[in-house]
This record gives sequence, structure tokens and C-alpha cells, in this order.
Amino acid sequence: MPDARDGRRPRHGRPIDFLHGRVDMTHGGGGRATAQLVEELFARAFDNAWLRAGNDGAVLPRPAGRMVMATDCHVVSPLFFPGGDIGSLAVHGTINDVAVMGATPLWLAAGFVLEEGFPLADLKRIVTSMAAASREAGVPIVTGDTKVVERGKGDGVFVTTTGAGVVREGIDVRGDRARAGDRVIVSGTIGDHGVAIMSQRENLSFDTTIVSDSASLHGLVAAMLDAVPDVHVLRDPTRGGLGTTLNEIASQSACGFVLDEASIPVRPGVDAACEFLGLDPMYVANEGKLVAVCADADAQRLLAAMRAHPLGRDAALIGEAIDDPHRFVQMDTRFGGRRIVDWLAGEPLPRIC
Amino acid sequence: MCLAIPARVVELLPGDAARIDLSGVRKDVSLALVDGVAVGDYVIVHVGYALAKLDAAEAARTLEAFASAGRDAPAGP
Amino acid sequence: MKYIDEFRDGALARRLAAAIAREADPARRYHLMEFCGGHTHAISRYGLGDLLPPNVEMVHGPGCPVCVLPIGRIDSAIDLARDRGAILCTYADTMRVPASGGLSLMKAKARGADIRMVYSSADALKIARDHRSREVVFFAIGFETTTPPTAVAILQAEREALDNFSVFCNHVLTPAAISHILDSPEVRDLGVVPLDGFIGPAHVSTVIGSQPYEYFADEYRKPVVIAGFEPLDVMQAILLLVRQLNEGRAEVENEFTRAVVPEGNMKAKRLVAEVFELRRTFEWRGLGEVPYSALRIKPRYRAFDAEVRYDVVYRPVPDHKACECGAILRGVKKPTDCRVFGTACTPENPIGSCMVSSEGACAAHYTYGRFRDVPIRPAKETSHA
Repeated sequence: MPDARDGRRPRHGRPIDFLHGRVDMTHGGGGRATAQLVEELFARAFDNAWLRAGNDGAVLPRPAGRMVMATDCHVVSPLFFPGGDIGSLAVHGTINDVAVMGATPLWLAAGFVLEEGFPLADLKRIVTSMAAASREAGVPIVTGDTKVVERGKGDGVFVTTTGAGVVREGIDVRGDRARAGDRVIVSGTIGDHGVAIMSQRENLSFDTTIVSDSASLHGLVAAMLDAVPDVHVLRDPTRGGLGTTLNEIASQSACGFVLDEASIPVRPGVDAACEFLGLDPMYVANEGKLVAVCADADAQRLLAAMRAHPLGRDAALIGEAIDDPHRFVQMDTRFGGRRIVDWLAGEPLPRIC
Repeated sequence: MCLAIPARVVELLPGDAARIDLSGVRKDVSLALVDGVAVGDYVIVHVGYALAKLDAAEAARTLEAFASAGRDAPAGP
Repeated sequence: MKYIDEFRDGALARRLAAAIAREADPARRYHLMEFCGGHTHAISRYGLGDLLPPNVEMVHGPGCPVCVLPIGRIDSAIDLARDRGAILCTYADTMRVPASGGLSLMKAKARGADIRMVYSSADALKIARDHRSREVVFFAIGFETTTPPTAVAILQAEREALDNFSVFCNHVLTPAAISHILDSPEVRDLGVVPLDGFIGPAHVSTVIGSQPYEYFADEYRKPVVIAGFEPLDVMQAILLLVRQLNEGRAEVENEFTRAVVPEGNMKAKRLVAEVFELRRTFEWRGLGEVPYSALRIKPRYRAFDAEVRYDVVYRPVPDHKACECGAILRGVKKPTDCRVFGTACTPENPIGSCMVSSEGACAAHYTYGRFRDVPIRPAKETSHA
């Protein structure tokens, strides 16, 4: 990438018009227009030594310990929603994927596929948001790429983020470590993100104060592992919600779960929105929550550590693992009867019946 | 069938409509199927239309009926 | 949430459960049909069955408009979008119902048909206003609760001269379906299916009132209790039915007094009568032809009738041979009696109508209750914090 530090000689003709400009095919061509976009937008926003060096890749020091890598593609629509946007979502999402492996996230890479005609003002807003999220989380975006596809072949912008981190010594967090007798803890209210997104969908339009819970959880995870190094399972229930995540864990660990519905924290606004649409909060997406499974003896200590952290204030003990060859996730309803929380059959759709 | 929810009318709108509220979630619905709805009333909402006004006194009576179930009921068959 | 949470209270549930257990005669069995799919869903979703004594059995009825919608009607809807280029507006419930040729509305949409999910008939009108150069068809389904909103849309379209808007009408009627069940050989003559009483639908009744059920109580000598939508309402209705049966009564009782009056919603009924008329007969999936059980748009409003505008030809499509939905919808069989239940037929790959909608008997049982079909070792004793 050309040297952007030389301020005496303007490298490019005119600065990019971020107010009225739009992405066009030259921005992805690899030539001057691409360089200018990278320089004036991405590198300027994410600003760090790696990006300033202007190489194709970032040379990183080898950390001591086992490494974790995770990647996430982000295609959320709408791009902007209460509580975040595709940019901040991309940063938090991948940091969380690394964090729930029991690892400290160290670096991020970001790839952008832009649709021809996408407003540069929106792109700048997204990139600025990503930069803020990355800075706040203390995890820099050290390398990236951008391509442009023809109008009609993209949904505005798709973002892929890859994260790398290092696992602490003595930490062994895996999806197959849940055992009968373990306790299940959720870090806070469920369904916030999904409802925030749905409230923006044109044909569902309802007004709500619910905002997405999109947040980086690595600080919370660090506090949890400090208190209880032997957490068995950590996972963030994103698409498909808490219900899907627990079924995944049950399947991997070959156990069952019994949950207590009354203990599962749900904001009244999320409950209400789900009532309107005939949805079950158990299946609605979260972007700033995690599920932990730990030994019964560790549960209270883990819960206390979570509640002491700003992102875990509403943490709650919601159930336990049991022996079950059928790997059902059962739930004692608020009402007194029992039901299962099954795998989700496709995307949750609103219903009138 | 017929998922419908009771919600509170917080504002009357032009065009025979109202803004309703359920725990902070607000939506605009049509009042074309009901008469005499006032702010503060509760209505049953189905697919964007208010179908009926909810009778608060009857609701209280029904809850009382649940609570007294068994208290003054016949002892058995 | 007011008027919702209080009607889901666990402590009151236990009290009602105790009352039902006390009053149910151990020497007899009570077979109660909940007609409404919403009640079927509530019963499964709250595990209400756990709170009933073993001699009180719930039989699931056909009150699920998606479940009883024939495949051929979905085929016609797909045609309208795919072959006639209309924007088809539909409630989300129909999107995944499998139709002919391996298609569904969802799949047809993926292949380019302009099919849009709406929450309300008013949304379909808005789409018609915003796209005057396109034909817009509203796929109207549902029982009497959902019919008035369709009537309002048609009347509004006429007021605005929205000549690009039409409705593909599939509205069906509750009393006709109840009659059909009660008249079926298994129930009436053979006594194969004992049906002792009915839990009447909640929201349908806000529209039609409690009067229409008096016919069933009188003619068939079966008690009917109209129940609200919440699980406590259902429990109370069960208690009232048990009492009626013990006392040899066959009356219509209204538990949902906070929203249902004997004459129902006169304004809504008037609007429906203005726009719709009875079809002589209509095919219900699983039940066959049912006389005077469905509505079509009156000639006066033919301009908004998609069946007229597009000359829709209905081609009946038989159900899979292994599918037991017909028997299940009539309460003759249970989901677990069907040999493809849970194996070839699941919510992801529904073969029959009872599995396609989340409130169909099979879908409800599969999604919420199938853990009862297999033995699970009890949870180990753990210390509860």
C-alpha cells in the first residue's frame, strides 16, 4: 500500500467524497482507486503500525500458548440497527468466538465485499463503528481486503472477520465437556438482538426501546476463568438463540439438560415483541451473551464473578445437565408443566395462528 | 389459531387507528372492527386489527374464579 | 404483561389442577377436544398435560387454518406469483407448507417469485398502493378471527379504487368443522372416538360470540366451554367441562368473558357479511369436502376476487398414503399412532398438514412433547443452590 504519511504531496487527485460518493467497480480494481479507499477510509480508521506499514499481510509475534482462530461472515440486514451495525457486530462477533474458546483475542482481520452503488457515507459510518469497537475491545484490525461486486450481486456490504487469540494455560473449554450434574448459567437477558433487528424490518414494524446487546465478551470471559479455571463449556448463542445452542451442547456432550423457565432472564419488551409475532425468545438471536456450563461445586463462584462484571449483571443459573441418551433439552415451564426446547426448524418466522 | 394479544391503547390516531403498547413495545393498529375505544382501554389485537375491547371487570372476575377454584366447588362426582 | 402474565400464574395452575383432580370421577374417562390450534399450542408449550389427572385426556381438533389448507390451494398461490407475475402477500405461517413439485412459497420465493410476508392485510394494501403498476394478491387464510381484517381490506381497496389489489380467499368456518367432526361415523355412530366435550376457540369467539355453539350443545348433547387464550383459561375450561359432565349438563359456558359476549362482534360480523358469502362446499385437508364450511367473495366485490381475476383452477392433490392427518384432525388417532411421525415426517420435512404448522397436533407434540414417548432416566440428585 502506498505511503500515506507523506502529507506534502497529495497521493491522489481529489479526496474521496464520503458525503455523496458511491462505491464503484474501480474501488475493487486493485489500482489507484482501491489504494485511495484503503488509505483514506480503512487504514485511517483502524490506524495501527501494521496498517501503516502498508504490506499485504501483518507480521505478528508468536504468543506463548495454544492459539485459537475463528472466523465469521456477517450479512445482517438491516445494516444499521438500534445498538449497532454490521461493523460493530463483525468485531464483537469474532472476538466472542475466540473468547468462548477460552482464549484471549489478540488480532483481527477484516474482509469487505462491497456492492457497486453502495453509499460511501454508509461505508464510512460502518468502518468508523468497527474502529471504535476494535479500539474499545483492545483488539486491533491488523490486515484486510476489499472487493467490489456488481450492482445486484451483494446486499450493500458483507463483512468477514477473522480473529486469532491465545488460550490460557490450564483452560480446557469445549462443547463436549458437559456432564450430568453440571449447572447451566446464562450471562444475561436473551433475545435482545433479534428483537432489535426485527423491529427494523419493514413489514413487521413495531416501536421498541430494545437495543441489540452486541458487545465483546472477552473481558467477562477473562473474569470468569480467573474465578473458575475449570469451566467446562462456553458458547455464545447467536443465530438460533439459546435453545439452539443448548441443543448443540447436548448433542456434543451426549447429555440432556433440564431448564427452569422462570429463571431465564428476558426483558419485558422482548417478551412483548415475541408475543406479538408468535416467537419464542429461546430461539431469538443474541450478540452479547454467553452460556456457561460448569461443575455444580463451581456454580455459585462463577455466577458471582459474572454478576460482578458489567456485561454479566443479569447472569442467572437456569438449569442443569442430566444423563439422557436422547439428548433432549427439557424445560420446566413457568406454568408448572414440562416441555422440550427442541432444535429450531429453520429460521423463526412470525405467525398469526 | 388466531394469535391475538391484549394491549393498552396509548393514543388514538387519524384514519380509525390507534397506537397500542405492550410492555413498551408499540404498534399502530386499525380500529375498523371496534367502536368506542378510548385511550387507556385494552384491546385484543390480531393481525394488526383490534378485535374487541377487553372488559377489565370480567378479567378480574375470571382471575377470582381461578383463585377460588376448589374453595366452593362441589366435592366430587 | 397485563392480562397475559396473570393468566399464566403457576400457583393458580396448581390450584386448578388440584380442583380438576378432585372433581374428575376416577371411574370415568373424560375426552375433551380443544378445537383451536392456539389452544393445542398452549397445551403443549406449557406442558399442561402434566397437570391433568390421567383420566382427563385432551383430543386435538382441526382448528389450525394452515393445517386444513389443501395443497392445491397453495399450488394456486404459487402460480399467481410465479406464472402470473403478481406480488403475492402472505402471512408467514404458509411459507413453509410443502406444495406440489417439491415447492413451497418459501422455495418459490427463492426461485424468484415475488412472494412477500406481511403481518396484516393492511400491509398488502400498502404494497398495492406503492406498486400501482403491479398486480398484488393477498393470500387470505384463517378462521373467523382473521376474516374481518380481510373484509376491511377489500372495502378499503374499493374506497381507494385500488384496482391492482385482489384477495385469494381461503377463509373457513369453525361451527362447520365442529359439526363435521361430530357427524363423522367414528364419533356419532361407531362410538370409536369418545368426544365428551369441547373447549371452544378464544379469538374466533370474540367475533362470532357464544351463541353459535348452542347448536352443538343442544343437538349433540355435548358441553362447550369457550376458553381464553392463556393456559389458566384452558385449565378453568377443563374444570368447567368436567363439572358439566359430572352433572349431566350439556350447556355452552363462556370462560373468556373478558373478551367474548353472546352476540360476538356485531360490527365485524356485519362487515364480513357485506363482503363474503358461503361456498356450498370446500375441501379441507384431511377432512375432505365439508359443506358450507368456507367463504368466497360476493359477486358485488368480484373485482377484488383473485379467483375470478385470474381464473384460478383448483386441482386437488391427495395426501401421502402413510399420512394419518385426516384421522388425527378428527381426533380419531394420535400423532404417535402415525408410522411416519418423527421419522419421515418432522417439522423440517413435513409430510402432512398436522406437521406443517406449529400448532398442528403433530408439530406441537414433536416440538414440545415427544420426550414423553421415550423413557429417560431421572435426573441425578444434585444440591440446589
